[in-house]
Amino acid sequence: MFEVDARGLSCPQPLMMTNDAIKSQEGPIKVLVSEPHQRTNVEKFAKDKGKKVTVNEVGSEFEIVIE
Amino acid sequence: MKLSSSKKTLALAGALCGVIAAALAFFGNPANMAICIACFIRDTAGALGMHQAAVVQYVRPEIIGIVLGAFIISVATKEYRSTAGSSPMIRFVLGVIIMIGSLVFLGCPLRMVIRMSAGDLNAYVALVGFILGILAGIVALKKGFSLERSYETTKAAGAVLPVIVIGLLVVLLAAPQLLKFSEAGPGSVHAPIAIALVGGLLFGALAQKSRMCFAGGIRDVVLMKNFDLISVVGGLFVVMLIYNITQAKFVLGFDVPGIVAHSDHLWNILGMFVVGFAATLAGGCPLRQLILAGQGSSDAAITVLGMFVGAALCHNFGLASSGTAKNAETGELVLGAASQNGKIAVIICIVLLVAISIAGIKRKKA
Repeated sequence: MFEVDARGLSCPQPLMMTNDAIKSQEGPIKVLVSEPHQRTNVEKFAKDKGKKVTVNEVGSEFEIVIE
Repeated sequence: MKLSSSKKTLALAGALCGVIAAALAFFGNPANMAICIACFIRDTAGALGMHQAAVVQYVRPEIIGIVLGAFIISVATKEYRSTAGSSPMIRFVLGVIIMIGSLVFLGCPLRMVIRMSAGDLNAYVALVGFILGILAGIVALKKGFSLERSYETTKAAGAVLPVIVIGLLVVLLAAPQLLKFSEAGPGSVHAPIAIALVGGLLFGALAQKSRMCFAGGIRDVVLMKNFDLISVVGGLFVVMLIYNITQAKFVLGFDVPGIVAHSDHLWNILGMFVVGFAATLAGGCPLRQLILAGQGSSDAAITVLGMFVGAALCHNFGLASSGTAKNAETGELVLGAASQNGKIAVIICIVLLVAISIAGIKRKKA
């Protein structure tokens, strides 16, 4: 699965990287973020694009699968 | 309740922040500073003796409250994360730049919106500069600008700024003789400590939950066609507009005395250009930096320290602009203006921002 590592990055980089990945990849993508507000942002962004979103908490970080 | 869930709740959170700002003005803060982050950091820096401008020295409990409000709510909702390591010294410089731009315009983006709600046309002129600055920042981001990632660090590290502001509160309450207090000017005009502190705590908590950010609001509209964050700003603007109109404080015009503003249009534009540009590179406006610092980001805390140093530089080297005022004796209107040193500083800031942008892009490609 195509992976976007946006952990520790400031706004709006995680969203920009997610957007680029959604545009360039056909299959599902996995986005890694570390901040709760980035998790909400990415989750909401992908849902607004009509995608199915699954979030897993991994330790103190988040793994967001968008398909 | 999840405040960040829909535009309606976001606008409501912004409106509540507007109510707090209006209440603070009602209880004694300078009318359209209300809860200006740049002004209040500048006043606090003055109270600590970092600069000697006698009219702007007061420990603003709002700043203490905002940091602690964000800290408490983030711990309570498990959003507190102690992080550090994302280009701290560049963030420090961005903090200095944000403060210089703010004090040439005379206000942070939050105060710009509050001034807009009071009919100050200079704030609308500055808004043009702020948007252009954010666009410049977006160009850098699109070209791959990044301050690189932060890493999780020991839990206590992220709590240093909250602990420092608690210390400041203790000094304010128990040993105020150690601090400097303005006897005249904006620094002498303030709401009672308890009201200011509670207002700050609530404002900080609401801003943390709603992710309120003045630079982010415009950035997200341009970059993502996302109107979430701008809804928060809109809510605050509408409430302050209603407050100003009902309290007969709404005066449409350029040279209105008594609101600490000037009509040097070019420098209002360039001042806020610098703030918009720097805030976009730093990932958030002055308010957002305080909130992020409260929820454990040492990088944002460094940006806040940069703003304190920037405020000291502004008043030690005469970079801050003067506001239009009425001469108390003659009743004559004395127009405010940007200072020569302030203009030079803004130009230097623009050069620095371009240099920081280019350096940040190169590093990513390497």
